[in-house]
Amino acid sequence: MMSSAFTTVAQVRDGLKKINYLADDGIAGVVYLAQRLGKPVLIEGPAGTGKTQLAKSVAELTGARLIRLQCYEGLDESKALYEWNYKKQLLRIQADKKSDSWSEVHDDIFSDEFLLTRPLLEAISAPDPVVLLIDEVDRVEVETEALLLEVLSEYQVSIPELGTITAKQIPMVFLTSNNTRELSEALKRRCLYLHVDYPDMEREKEIVLAKVPDISANLADQSARIVRSIRQLDLKKAPSVSETLDWARTLILLGVDHIDAQQAKETLHVLLKYQTDIAKAAKELSVDE
Amino acid sequence: MPVIDLMSGFVVELRRAGLPVSLTENLDAMEAVKVIPIEDREAFKYALGATLVKNSSHWRVFETIFEVYFSLRGSQYNIVDPSEDQADEFWRDEQDDAQLGKGEGKGAGGGGLEALTPEELANMLMRALMQGDQAMMRALARQSVARFAGMEPGRPVGGTYYLYRTLRNLDLDNMLAKLLEANKASTQRESTSLEQRLAKDEYEMRIEQFKKEVEAEIRRRLVADRGAEAMAKTLRKPLPEDVEFMHASREEMQSLKKALFPLTRKLAARLARKRRHGRKGPLDFRNTVRHSLSYGGVPAEPKFKYPRPAKPELMVVADISGSVAAFARFTLMLVYAIQSQFSKVRSFVFIDGIDEVTKHFRATEDIQEAIHKVNTEADVVWVDGHSDYGHAFEVFWERYGKDINPKTTVLLLGDARNNYHASQSWVVKEMRKHARHVYWLNPEPRSYWNTGDSIVGEYGGNTDGVYECRNLRQLEGFVEKLV
Repeated sequence: MMSSAFTTVAQVRDGLKKINYLADDGIAGVVYLAQRLGKPVLIEGPAGTGKTQLAKSVAELTGARLIRLQCYEGLDESKALYEWNYKKQLLRIQADKKSDSWSEVHDDIFSDEFLLTRPLLEAISAPDPVVLLIDEVDRVEVETEALLLEVLSEYQVSIPELGTITAKQIPMVFLTSNNTRELSEALKRRCLYLHVDYPDMEREKEIVLAKVPDISANLADQSARIVRSIRQLDLKKAPSVSETLDWARTLILLGVDHIDAQQAKETLHVLLKYQTDIAKAAKELSVDE
Repeated sequence: MPVIDLMSGFVVELRRAGLPVSLTENLDAMEAVKVIPIEDREAFKYALGATLVKNSSHWRVFETIFEVYFSLRGSQYNIVDPSEDQADEFWRDEQDDAQLGKGEGKGAGGGGLEALTPEELANMLMRALMQGDQAMMRALARQSVARFAGMEPGRPVGGTYYLYRTLRNLDLDNMLAKLLEANKASTQRESTSLEQRLAKDEYEMRIEQFKKEVEAEIRRRLVADRGAEAMAKTLRKPLPEDVEFMHASREEMQSLKKALFPLTRKLAARLARKRRHGRKGPLDFRNTVRHSLSYGGVPAEPKFKYPRPAKPELMVVADISGSVAAFARFTLMLVYAIQSQFSKVRSFVFIDGIDEVTKHFRATEDIQEAIHKVNTEADVVWVDGHSDYGHAFEVFWERYGKDINPKTTVLLLGDARNNYHASQSWVVKEMRKHARHVYWLNPEPRSYWNTGDSIVGEYGGNTDGVYECRNLRQLEGFVEKLV
């Protein structure tokens, strides 16, 4: 249904839960607020904590189409906003050279027909409800960030030849960032800020239960506990939620029902990706007598 | 509307604490408050946080101030959610009565708690911690504060004092051991070491949670007594990037350490980008002619040389005597975290003797471990273990001086408090002659320089610059300039 259906925070949380996204108070609250105020959400946090998934889940929940803009270094206007279909324009000019006057051709080749919409423009001009996901926005250069500002605050795109295209309906916008650089103040100011951290033990357990089929409550509980203990260590890269899920699946495949120190040690490489981290965790977990 | 008044005070306090809250963000928060009712405290908090706080390291500060300003909302307006928090409200009433000196028990459960002996209370706490019973823990936290903290209105004592009193009476230090023992007794078979470890983590977390409850309760009472503004002032803490290295408490050190890692990552990304997107250099004649061939010999597409600035070699010479050890540690951590920006990094530490510690950093990828090794294994004491910059520099020059070449940048770290030994500042002068740059970083505030036994001026005159590096912000600024 339409996204305006949210009336309480609890409704958002329950809705997300139904489609297997377990939101905490913070996440649900901010999603609700974003929808009520019509503001974009900037999601920051460590990798693998479900930032992108949140946007996908909200799209699923509201029945909206997800439009995704993957950011990378060197992303520019023609990839993010719009581009004129240059080849088609050439064809148009060549097709009937004689008949039209120049002004007619000029008007004609700068019309909707020759416009290639890119994700941002597409989200703005979509007639149906959409969720716009701008993924890993910290990867673009500071200068390119400015491209986003008009879209994010006014929900409009200015095209010199056509004028300003204003959104028919305000899409929900999610920006994710892995925090590899400080985003500009201008961008932050226009967004609601949501920091998604590793979930607490209870929530992680529920996530494991929801996402890993056939897992026993006991195993989910135990793996969540072990992951929590590992996260408390001083590691180069703490295990993310997606790695917890991978680990739980590994344990299921191995037919493990109850994790002991030996099994934990042997499967640690699923959770941790640095040799020094693995060594450290193995040492901590075994406490050899 | 009272919430609006409260909000403006709240935002002013956030700004005083150093959070950059802009006018539009303030307006957004006002909008958000309209949509989310204050009764839903958690959602309300996150709504304010989402609009006002745009940096995750500021969240702690925000949370503290939020607690101060909005903790009393519940009881004062009697809008605690009854389904979830009945016990909560009930206990609050209970204690308010107790405080007024007419503490007769009202209900069965309440009267029970009130009448308990300290031993029974401790037992109940233990049981609550065993079972992880949140509501009970909260109630017990309230009760213990009422009973042990000895809070009196208008008494000019900080919250930490009350916290200390409460926790001492509850004997929380031994609680963990007791809980573990009880846990062992309750499981029939011998538990494995892994299970023990997990149980320990669980109990530690619960005790920590209980401590937080106690703290929150004390804060609530203090706010009721003194008013939010005064309380916020006493609780005001610097943001992690503004914490001074020399006076950081243990907790602040932790948050500094946490802040350091993302900071280095950002710094490295920024520096790498800067290097790549440097200005175009002079015309590359050869390349231009090569490309002109495709235009029939017309140099239509001029090509430029990209400047490849040589990465500097770095020598870090750090004083690691007590007073400035933390500063040296953080600088070393920062330097090694971005060592890819340098062609070579060598580090030396001294107190009155000097030792090279580069090998410790080379041996392991783990910076923490390397720092630990430096602290335990480096041979830095010569006579008495009091800073002697003069002797350390002399030995440095003798042993490693020949390694300084025009590519080298030397960083000297320390407060230059030389205990009135000979300064031997000629060494620094010599260094500067041979090295590309020599910089001195001083963790002391500028106003303390050259007072007492500090002779930073004497050394500093021979360097390319002396920089004040009291906190992460300043350190980061310097390192960015350096590369």
